[in-house]
Amino acid sequence: MSWVSVCRYQALLPERGVCALVDGRQVAVFRTYDGALHAIGNLDPFSGAHVLSRGIVGTRAGEPTVASPLHKQVFSLVSGECLDEPGVTVPVYSIRVEDGLVQVSSVRAGTEPVREPALVPMSV
Amino acid sequence: MSRIVVVGYGPTAHRFVETLRERGSGGRVTVIGEEPRPAYDRVALTSYLGGTSVEDLTYPVPEGTVTRLGGRVTAIDREARTVTLADGSAEPYDVLVLATGSSPFVPPVPGAEHAHVYRTIDDLDAIRLAAKDATEGVVVGGGLLGLEAADALRGLGLRTHIVEMSPWLMPRQVDEGGGAVLKGHIEALGLSVHAGAGVQEIVVGEQGVVTGLRKPDGTLIDAQIVVFSAGIRPRDELARDGGLEVGRRGGIVVDAGMRTSDPSIYAIGECALVGGPEKGMVYGLVGPCFTMAEVAADRITGGGASFEGADMSTKLKLLGVEVAQFGAMDGALDVTYMDPVGGVYKRLFISDDARTLLGGICVGDASPYSSLRPFVGKPLPAAPSDLLFTGSGAELDLPDDAQVCSCNNVSAGAVRVAIVDKGCADVPGIKACTRAGSTCGSCVPMLKQLLERSGVELSKALCEHFAYSRAELYDIVRVRGITTFSELITAHGQGRGCDICKPAVASILASLHNGHVLEGERAALQDTNDHFLANIQKNGTYSVVPRIPGGEITPDKLIVIGEVARDFGLYTKITGGQRIDLFGARVEQLPQIWRRLVEAGFESGHAYGKALRTVKSCVGSTWCRYGVQDSVGLAIALELRYRGLRAPHKLKSAVSGCARECAEARSKDFGIIATENGWNLYVGGNGGFKPRHADLLANDLSTDELIRTIDRFVMFYIRTADRLQRTAAWLESLDGGLGYLRQVIIDDSLGICAELDAQMRHHVSTYEDEWRATISDPEKLGRFVSFVNAPGVPDPSIVFETERDQIKPVNRPEVALQ
Ligand code: SRM
Ligand SMILES: Cc1cc2nc3c(=O)[nH]c(=O)nc-3n(C[C@H](O)[C@H](O)[C@H](O)COP(=O)(O)OP(=O)(O)OC[C@H]3O[C@@H](n4cnc5c(N)ncnc54)[C@H](O)[C@@H]3O)c2cc1C
Ligand code: SF4
Ligand code: FES
Repeated sequence: MSWVSVCRYQALLPERGVCALVDGRQVAVFRTYDGALHAIGNLDPFSGAHVLSRGIVGTRAGEPTVASPLHKQVFSLVSGECLDEPGVTVPVYSIRVEDGLVQVSSVRAGTEPVREPALVPMSV
Repeated sequence: MSRIVVVGYGPTAHRFVETLRERGSGGRVTVIGEEPRPAYDRVALTSYLGGTSVEDLTYPVPEGTVTRLGGRVTAIDREARTVTLADGSAEPYDVLVLATGSSPFVPPVPGAEHAHVYRTIDDLDAIRLAAKDATEGVVVGGGLLGLEAADALRGLGLRTHIVEMSPWLMPRQVDEGGGAVLKGHIEALGLSVHAGAGVQEIVVGEQGVVTGLRKPDGTLIDAQIVVFSAGIRPRDELARDGGLEVGRRGGIVVDAGMRTSDPSIYAIGECALVGGPEKGMVYGLVGPCFTMAEVAADRITGGGASFEGADMSTKLKLLGVEVAQFGAMDGALDVTYMDPVGGVYKRLFISDDARTLLGGICVGDASPYSSLRPFVGKPLPAAPSDLLFTGSGAELDLPDDAQVCSCNNVSAGAVRVAIVDKGCADVPGIKACTRAGSTCGSCVPMLKQLLERSGVELSKALCEHFAYSRAELYDIVRVRGITTFSELITAHGQGRGCDICKPAVASILASLHNGHVLEGERAALQDTNDHFLANIQKNGTYSVVPRIPGGEITPDKLIVIGEVARDFGLYTKITGGQRIDLFGARVEQLPQIWRRLVEAGFESGHAYGKALRTVKSCVGSTWCRYGVQDSVGLAIALELRYRGLRAPHKLKSAVSGCARECAEARSKDFGIIATENGWNLYVGGNGGFKPRHADLLANDLSTDELIRTIDRFVMFYIRTADRLQRTAAWLESLDGGLGYLRQVIIDDSLGICAELDAQMRHHVSTYEDEWRATISDPEKLGRFVSFVNAPGVPDPSIVFETERDQIKPVNRPEVALQ
């Protein structure tokens, strides 16, 4: 498993996301209020835009969440599941802190390899 | 599994397929509809002219349904069990369901082929197009649909006439007395009513252009557009040609299980005739049609439901006039209340022993409809005169078998079961559980009443994190002097917030303290728009809207906007708010763009914030020959005074220089119209989803009085409104309405005016341009990158194409959702 450093832990604003490029994939990185870190795909599956890192972070029944900034569907930061539309999920990536640096793995959390194709600019 | 084929794809067909699916029928269902789109809500058709989109009207296609849109069935081969389509193809069936609805009746008068009808989206498109070159229109037919069509023509800006054969309007719903009151209302709106009149011919000039309608007495009504709405005819031609039994006056004969004379063919909805070929009835309202759909679905899946006739009660608000009819339209005894001045007519029909309510008619005030309709056929709940005078009847307890929702045939008992046993705690819950209230909505007040009566306290909680309404949270923050979200949620909420409460609290904190929206913890509360001080677009880019107070701009500043747009390759558009919007900026471009704009003297236009947007102006007395005051000067002063003020929802204003109202001030949250003596102030106007004209709050104010009154109005709104409640909805929900508002902000009945004034002074004196502050603060600038680990890299997923010489987002292929 290869880890990519994305930024200093201290640079992350609590309850706000940033987006990192990890092996060509867009990964949304969040630091929640309790200091925990989460990484999910930045692609909002409903709109097709890469924006999840810019949503509002919160909780639903205790579970940390982010709401898509476009049409407000809420996703679990833990499982990547959309809590408003069962069956829709975004990938979850492993994340850790090493020497004050936030690192994200380009492999999906769990054992499953990442299936989302790396992003290439679309031809016009 | 058998193949079910449905012919016709209107509301009835939709309800049929939906019910089949709900019952778990997994068979193949094919729906063939002649219109080019899936079924849509025909009852709400008129709202399409008001801007409701086809998508909003369209019902979702139930899962697993095969649709053949734009396909007209031309024949049924009962031997072979197939239907044939106009394109020659055939579709085999085991069970056939005819849901072909009805078509508007067009009387065979000369010229009729040049007239319009009012039934489908395509009809409305044709009417809208024709209205462009017309100034006057006629609707033939003064019934429910005719008046709706007339309202639509009026809404399209035409001088409108209504021609009705009967001696009064809406003869099926109201009696002569009610008709007279109704006519008064309609004429007061500027429509001409020709009752007791028929049609001789549609007068058509050169090239088939309609020029008028001639009545049998020879008189001519000038009109360039004629719409027939003189009744409907069931579409029974397929059944007739296929040898099925049809009624003497039309309609496909069905039994109580909706089966036609061929046991494998059903007919439902407006094409079906229930009750025998001679005396049967065709139901022209959507409620009974839905019930028929449910009965047929039940039978086909092995059930034994039957259609027992239906309540034909109607309640509608047409041209702003409430009209309602329920139960019978006559009786041994009757009690009438009539107020010609107020335009109210109410009549109840009662059995000869004066005990049982038989029916009623209302014009101008339909409140008896909801409260009394459930008592039809039951003992009168109070003295008839009391029922008519007090009108509301809100205290009455409904018996369990009383029908509450006639569209979906739901009884008071069923609603009570939903509340008590299934735990529905609000109107949306009851809708989801019983369907009551989900069609025409006229029973929603009854649902609320049943909820309250069952002891359910309608929850005012903002979301799962706060048990308070926005107004209560505002008071908590204000009284306790709270300055951060964390403080508030720790002491008065639970969890860590969400996309509902965080922006609401951010707005409260901003209204009360007016710090920078991105300061400290507050940055985490904002919607992406406030977070990046720009409006997000569908492809994840943002738009930039500099403030142009009052719409006044120098040529030099216009040039700067043009240069910035050109240099950053932005799509440029003049907005409906008298300013200029630049679209397609990536986050990392926003600070560079704003650096240029701020340098040239621009500041944030807050297009992204729940804050003051624009104060539109007309050119006013400076140039206009009619203007009586300097509307541009006032608009600029107001825009600069209230800029940046955070509120429960956005605030819009406008100033017109005279009563011609070129600035459309009465569609604004606060609008000002100049008079010879000063200014008239109107409040609570709205465009948008539900337009509302603003109400006159005070007249002939001096500029100082005007500003003081607006200050208080806005601050009182900010203090007491709900989250995302515009002033229009707030004013309508304010107990005591405009009178109460005047007492509070003009007579100071609550003694809070000094505080409201002080809050506004604080806002005005501490205002700072958010963008100027942002570009000079490296910490705030840090977040304007696409990628935290690659600040220079633009987001590669953002791609544009060119249209009319400007950029446009490339529509990405739909990302598959299972
Ligand atoms: C740009 C503009 C359309 C245009 O091309 O002309 C526009 C664009 C948007 N409007 Fe509007 N509205 C624009 C004038 C209007 C007007 C006309 C006016 O202000 O004179 C109205 C009706 C008047 C009114 O508000 O009462 C209007 C009624 C709405 C509504 C419905 C509000 C309602 O109360 O029903 C929304 C939705 C909302 O705010 O919740 C909305 C929301 C929006 C949003 C913010 C939708 C969104 O969240 O993405 C659009 C984004 C703007 C952007 O990205 O820059 N817009 N919008 C106009 C900007 C005016 C400006 O300079 O600020
Ligand atoms: C403007 C307007 C306002 C209304 N307001 C109200 C109201 O307030 N309250 C109320 O209760 N009712 C109202 N109605 C009536 C209500 O819309 C109807 O009762 C309802 O639409 C009936 O549904 P249906 O599916 O039976 O028929 P329709 O809606 O007529 O649908 C039948 C469909 O079948 C298609 N079709 C017909 N023949 C064929 C064929 N041979 N092959 C393929 N397709 C075919 C037609 O094109 C049509 O799309 C209103 C109607 C209109 C037009
Ligand atoms: S509102 Fe009056 S002053 Fe203003 S432009 Fe129109 S006519 Fe002229
Ligand atoms: S009566 Fe129409 S929705 Fe209930």
